[in-house]
Amino acid sequence: MNLKIKNIKQLIVKKPLKLDCGQTIKDFPLAYETYGKLNVKKNNAVLVFHALTGDQFASGINPITKREGWWDTAIGSGKAIDTDKYFVICANVLGGCMGSFGPKEINKVSNEPYGLNFPVITIKDMVKAQEALLNHFEIKKLLCALGGSMGGMQLLQFCASFPDRTFSAIPIACSSSHSPQNIALNELARQAIMADPERSKGNYGKTDKLPKNGLAVARMAGHISYLSESGLQEKFGRKLQEKADYEFSFDADFQVESYLRHQGYSFVDRFDANSYLYITRAMDYFDLSKQYKNGLTEAFTGQKTKFLVISFSSDWLYPTKHSKDIVIALNASGANVAFAEIKTDKGHDSFLVKEPKFLTTIKSFIDSSYEVFKK
Amino acid sequence: MKREFEIISELLPNNTRVLDIGCGDGTLINFLSKEKNIDVRGLELDEENVETCISKGLSVIEGDAETELGQFPDKSFDFVILSQTLQAFYNPVTVLEHLLRIGKSSIVSIPNFGYWKVRTSLLFFGRMPETRSLPYKWYDTPNLHMCTIKDFYELCNSRNISMKKIIGINNNKTSLIHNNNIKLKNLFSEVGIFLIS
Repeated sequence: MNLKIKNIKQLIVKKPLKLDCGQTIKDFPLAYETYGKLNVKKNNAVLVFHALTGDQFASGINPITKREGWWDTAIGSGKAIDTDKYFVICANVLGGCMGSFGPKEINKVSNEPYGLNFPVITIKDMVKAQEALLNHFEIKKLLCALGGSMGGMQLLQFCASFPDRTFSAIPIACSSSHSPQNIALNELARQAIMADPERSKGNYGKTDKLPKNGLAVARMAGHISYLSESGLQEKFGRKLQEKADYEFSFDADFQVESYLRHQGYSFVDRFDANSYLYITRAMDYFDLSKQYKNGLTEAFTGQKTKFLVISFSSDWLYPTKHSKDIVIALNASGANVAFAEIKTDKGHDSFLVKEPKFLTTIKSFIDSSYEVFKK
Repeated sequence: MKREFEIISELLPNNTRVLDIGCGDGTLINFLSKEKNIDVRGLELDEENVETCISKGLSVIEGDAETELGQFPDKSFDFVILSQTLQAFYNPVTVLEHLLRIGKSSIVSIPNFGYWKVRTSLLFFGRMPETRSLPYKWYDTPNLHMCTIKDFYELCNSRNISMKKIIGINNNKTSLIHNNNIKLKNLFSEVGIFLIS
């Protein structure tokens, strides 16, 4: 990426954080953004966890990229997560590239970007770092915490690690344990980045060379996995891109090719290739059940949090089965859980697009939770 | 709220834990939660009903009771309710076994195929019955395994299921059913409610 990150909100986390890999970090920046107002009782706070390529700018216009925030469909005045009522917090994850401590940061010892000297981080590390933000705002208990995809995985970890910090939780299109298919797709993306000759073994920050092609291919592969077969069929079919017939070449003849190329190459402007490696690794290492002797059920034992688990019928990256496994574990542990599968052909990306049924479901859940929580 | 739900509600003590299988739009569990401080959960197949329940703040899981009751641990609820749905399962006995496993007690209600209006429909008109509690055409009914109050009573007996209370409903009037009056009640009850364990 080549965007300058400036004029953003950052919390310097002073308290040492022992990472899963064994290293300890302290005095590191955590970039965040907030929407709406925290009320006097501090009982209207909503924490949003972002997915792999997201950042703290969930709503409105992202001031760095000048594009629409990644969850502007859901967060804002009068929207599903209504910023007229609620105080919404979103932080850039540890390992990210929008101002939080990540491989792009300058190592004060060597005065160079960390690159691959950055420690390998986990979902649990990300979540621990974000807890500092709640302490910063002196929020004892959130009204709701939610997130889709990797955001959902952070949320599950958050609920397991800090069982008293949120009244309600909405894990969306996620998994409690990254599946081999998920890992394989992430590995495909990483190998694409690593195969780029401009990568300089991860130390590309020293020169003006960037592994743009590798990162773009990684993004394209990811993007296919976020859509569904029927969604692609409906959106593109076999339509050609501004031409009447095949050109008998390897240019983007099909609209779907052109779309993918656009998705890939517009991504490299706003995302750091090393961050992509680190964050996908964190996702692959995520297996909540492994952290507890008696598996996932133990992770949720004693939960007072009210859960709403949501999956999408056409999501093949994090299929309904993964969400049901979470529901089963929550049920087995006696937790309070609701579950809905939204019928849609928009695939894994359903939570990011205007999907009315999904948006009304989360809205009614958060609103009804607030009616109970504020008492 | 319909009479059947009022009776089921009266059978349930306050502050208990209840699972309603096939909870529909959540009318019953919403009432139980608000009026009796009961910790309620629901399982419901219909997507729109699930959405309605969630909007009421009810913890309802979208799923099929035929295949998904295994996820609930043994004796994890004080009561499990199955209202007029047993006859719609492929394997009603398997579902019944799950009910008894999950709940310390269960409440099962059945639309009574032995009700006199049902009998006369077949006897005098030679047509498959359509009544208030059985409103479907024969070719378009979710009811695969219709039974009478007596049939269900015999099933419970044969499987050593203890029947603590049986209540019949006829025109919103209720009466207790026991071994001595079951022949008559089987004729005059539209719906039978069984408290079993």
